[in-house]
Amino acid sequence: MEPAEIASIAQHSGGAIGVAWLMIALPLVGAAVLLLGGRRTDKFGHLLGVLMAVASFVVGALVFVQLLGFAPGERRRGVTLFEFIPGLVDNVGLLVDPLSISFCLLITGVGSLIHIYSIGYMAHDPARRRFFAYLNLFVAAMLLLVLADNYLILFVGWEGVGLASYLLIGFWQHKPSAATAAKKAFIVNRVGDVGLLIAMFTIFATFHSLTFSGVLDRTGDASQGTLTAIGLLLLVGACGKSAQLPLQAWLLDAMEGPTPVSALIHAATMVTAGVYLIVRSGPIFEGTGTAQLVVTIVGVATLLAGAIIGTAKDDIKKALAGSTMSQIGYMVLAAGVGPAGYAFAIAHLITHGFFKANLFLGAGSVMHAMNDEVDMRKYGGLRTVMPITFATFLIGYLAIIGFPLLSGYFTKDGIIETAMEHSAVLGWLAVLGAGITGFYMSRLVFMTFFGKKRWDAKAHPHESPAVMTWPLILLSIGSIGLGAFLILGNRFMIFLSPAVGAPAHSPAFNPFSVPGLATLALVAVGAVFAWMRYGAAEVPATAPRGSFLTTFARRDLYGDALNEALFMRPGQWLTRLAVFFDNRGVDGLVNGLAAFIGGTSGRVRRIQTGFVRSYALSIFVGAAVLVGAWFVVGNL
Amino acid sequence: MPWLSTLMGVSVLGALGVTLIRNDKLAKQFTLLVSLIVLALTVTMAVQFSPNGDQWQFQENHSWIPAFGINYSLAVDGIALVLILLSVILVPIVVLASWHDAEKGKRSVRTYFSLILVLEAMMIGVFAATDVFLFYVLFEAMLIPMYFMIGSYGGAQRSYAAVKFLLYSLFGGLLMLVAVIALYSIAGKNTFMLSDLIGTVQDVNTQKWLFLGFFIAFAIKAPLWPFHTWLPDAAAQAPAGAAVLLVGVLDKVGTFGMLRFCLQLFPEASAYFTPLVIVLAVIGVIYGAIVAIGQTDMMRLIAYTSVSHFGVITLGVFAMTKGNPGAQDAGAGATLYMVNHGFSTGALFLIVGFLIYRRGSQFIADYGGVQKVAPILAGTFLVAGLSSLSLPGLSTFVSEFMVLSGAFRLHVPAAAIATIGVILAAIYILWMYQRTMNGPTAESVKTLPDLNAREKWVVAPLVALLLVFGFYPKPLLDVINPAVKDTLSSVSVTADQAAAATGVKEGK
Repeated sequence: MEPAEIASIAQHSGGAIGVAWLMIALPLVGAAVLLLGGRRTDKFGHLLGVLMAVASFVVGALVFVQLLGFAPGERRRGVTLFEFIPGLVDNVGLLVDPLSISFCLLITGVGSLIHIYSIGYMAHDPARRRFFAYLNLFVAAMLLLVLADNYLILFVGWEGVGLASYLLIGFWQHKPSAATAAKKAFIVNRVGDVGLLIAMFTIFATFHSLTFSGVLDRTGDASQGTLTAIGLLLLVGACGKSAQLPLQAWLLDAMEGPTPVSALIHAATMVTAGVYLIVRSGPIFEGTGTAQLVVTIVGVATLLAGAIIGTAKDDIKKALAGSTMSQIGYMVLAAGVGPAGYAFAIAHLITHGFFKANLFLGAGSVMHAMNDEVDMRKYGGLRTVMPITFATFLIGYLAIIGFPLLSGYFTKDGIIETAMEHSAVLGWLAVLGAGITGFYMSRLVFMTFFGKKRWDAKAHPHESPAVMTWPLILLSIGSIGLGAFLILGNRFMIFLSPAVGAPAHSPAFNPFSVPGLATLALVAVGAVFAWMRYGAAEVPATAPRGSFLTTFARRDLYGDALNEALFMRPGQWLTRLAVFFDNRGVDGLVNGLAAFIGGTSGRVRRIQTGFVRSYALSIFVGAAVLVGAWFVVGNL
Repeated sequence: MPWLSTLMGVSVLGALGVTLIRNDKLAKQFTLLVSLIVLALTVTMAVQFSPNGDQWQFQENHSWIPAFGINYSLAVDGIALVLILLSVILVPIVVLASWHDAEKGKRSVRTYFSLILVLEAMMIGVFAATDVFLFYVLFEAMLIPMYFMIGSYGGAQRSYAAVKFLLYSLFGGLLMLVAVIALYSIAGKNTFMLSDLIGTVQDVNTQKWLFLGFFIAFAIKAPLWPFHTWLPDAAAQAPAGAAVLLVGVLDKVGTFGMLRFCLQLFPEASAYFTPLVIVLAVIGVIYGAIVAIGQTDMMRLIAYTSVSHFGVITLGVFAMTKGNPGAQDAGAGATLYMVNHGFSTGALFLIVGFLIYRRGSQFIADYGGVQKVAPILAGTFLVAGLSSLSLPGLSTFVSEFMVLSGAFRLHVPAAAIATIGVILAAIYILWMYQRTMNGPTAESVKTLPDLNAREKWVVAPLVALLLVFGFYPKPLLDVINPAVKDTLSSVSVTADQAAAATGVKEGK
């Protein structure tokens, strides 16, 4: 089959597509019931949560099947729901097309597995019901984000995701560190949201519409400068949500939440939103080379930064968080390339959704077995005691480093090849990133599952229950096969093309290209190097001091220090100054003025102790005097 | 049927009735009943309002002081209607929330509830007045019940706060009175009717002076930066219920007045002062938010968030200028924001009030980890806070978006800077939430009870309104939009007339 041009949107009301809103409504109802129902729902809360997520997936699958029944040029269906803000966004509507349904299946599919896993992971948490309420809310918000047919409703989902992540990162809110991390995530996201808000103002001022069809079909009407401005503002929003430089700082702290939350944020939802936004707004970026260039630079910078951070972390979740930054960087890079990269960006997003969920849930399984220990220096040799976790984790690991024929191999290679074609510098930097990925992921696996046992005396690791291992098994199947399925024969690119357009020439998958072979070689070098340091050699119980480069990576490339120096400290001073000024300055001036007008402060005090009627009287007398004066003077 | 007089009459009679009831509990129940009757009547009236009918509906017109052409004249357009709805919805909620608030006051419990009903009548009147003098009288008279509510039932520094509130407001009122009388004599029509006065002042210089008379009064009321310093004191010392009516409704008279009187009576002067006002509004948005971040007292913090939000509303009102393609959105957004802000800040004040009532302290530092012991209180507190930071899905977001988007088309930097307020809002709300609700549970709050049934009934309608209008603002906008359109056209018509008139004069 041949790729198609971007199709126009047909209104639709029948079948599963007509009730596509159920995908959002089901988990939303789940969240509402669990939150409003209170303790009465404690007993079955987790089951209801799972049920709603799975039901949403089923609706999504039915929608997908129905969509496949249409000819490719008719696979963009609009569903109007209800009237919203007259004149601004007349209707709340959904857009079901290959792009949005791909996200829906990922969100609800991987999301459901994370829900199921959480039954086991959160079994002993007294607030498990609330946890499932928030998970449902998260899924609902993310679905609203990807299904909206206009920017404003997208933004409702966008901030809804921000809220859900705030609630989940701070789920153990009695821990000050968790509460702080949650707040930080929300605030950093809001910085990005300001970009998205101003982008929307500009879009509406330019196109008098906020719907995708009203904007993206008419980008030719706008000047290059306007498109660049919109593109860069959208990118600011995308950076906030997708933890791209310079708004990455929240992601590494977001590990304070329970581990399934990390899986949800990193794999199925949240951080993928920025990539979605860029790809969805494709026509805007395609109209402005400047914005595209900036997108690719941000992507490459983040993919390297994330990988470097990943190399230095001893905390298993933080190492994985660095890897998420890095992998999203790949997607952003591909999205910045234009139509040639969209399909690879989204395909990598989907496969990453599987293997990252796989890895995070695997890490959760390990933590579960190790009394919530996260320091990999206290792991070691776990492969024998947790065989299923080990086997599935190994698959996720091989997928993410791009081991031949596994999922990541196809999708990441596609991104590298596309980037290489676009710009050799970007391409080779992406290859370098893949090499570093090979190193830090191998380091992680070797430190955790191989080598000598370095466990605490109290640790009695054991395999996790079936409710946790089955999701791992299913995810690892996706980690194995999904990449080949999507990429071979350009299957996914052709499927996606009615939504995002087709590249000038269809890429052919070539396993023996120079960049491809170079990537494999570098990954192998990275893995071998990691084996020498962390597999074959003894892993010290405490981290060695390391060079300044190690420190640089450990401290997240000084991202926090930079934020603190540039924004937090000046902000604190500004706040103090403003409060002082307000108390002493503005107020003092007015009080002083009042005293001055009254002659002496003593007299003011006497006046102030009077009754209301004397004030009223004095006002009327004063007014009479002024009016009289005005009549005498004549006119003003 | 004279709907508006009936509403006011029921409230006033209710207020008198309350003073006759010796039993405090009965007095409270009676007040609640009266306020619910007023609410029911208002809803009945609102249903009969036809959004696309005449601009002014439910008109009543009686001569009051014929010697000066002063009329008792009431009517509502969509803008007034939604603000009256806001007022009458908030009153029963405040009554219920204030159940025990008046017990420690200087005066009797029934007086407090009687004052609330007196205030209700005045709030309805002030939004419905179409006679400028009547408006002025009510504008000033509203101070009296509020003065007593703060001064007799407030916190430790209630006298200072009440007097400061009164002096500021009276100062503004004085300027407005001068302007009202001057307007009357310049027009020379022996009338105070707004509709007759529109377009009568054509000399731009005169307009400017009169504009300032009205505007400063409204800016103090609103309050606009830098006229805001009375608000934090008043709000912090007032009982929570009074703070809700003060910030939720009374202050709206300021922004409402700008929209109704400044823009329509003095269009050229408004245009002339627009840049200045927008600068003040944007400063207010950012400044109010920054100072809010630095507060240690929750009531003061909320008061400062309102300074910030009133900046947004004022920005929207003054973005309603001719030549701004976003004028309609900005104006409708500003009006909607007045309503939403009432619900949002109302919820926040009341919930914080519940918290303070339990622990006896307004200071953030005295709390910590409340979520653990009072999850419902914490949850509703968070929802109210999220509406204050304009989270999409809650009604405040719709209005904030409309204002900023509308203002953006008039002045890009102003709207862009004001948008930064959303980051600051996240900081002041979430940081307050974190310090009071998260973290290890403080020893002093370990026995804090969660919301009781009465308190849940207070919070539930507010949360419901915030959510419903967050996803479905259309019913309100359908009423507001035509009124804003009429206001806009009257602004530009008078502007054109004035321009034509000056042209004619110059031609001669």
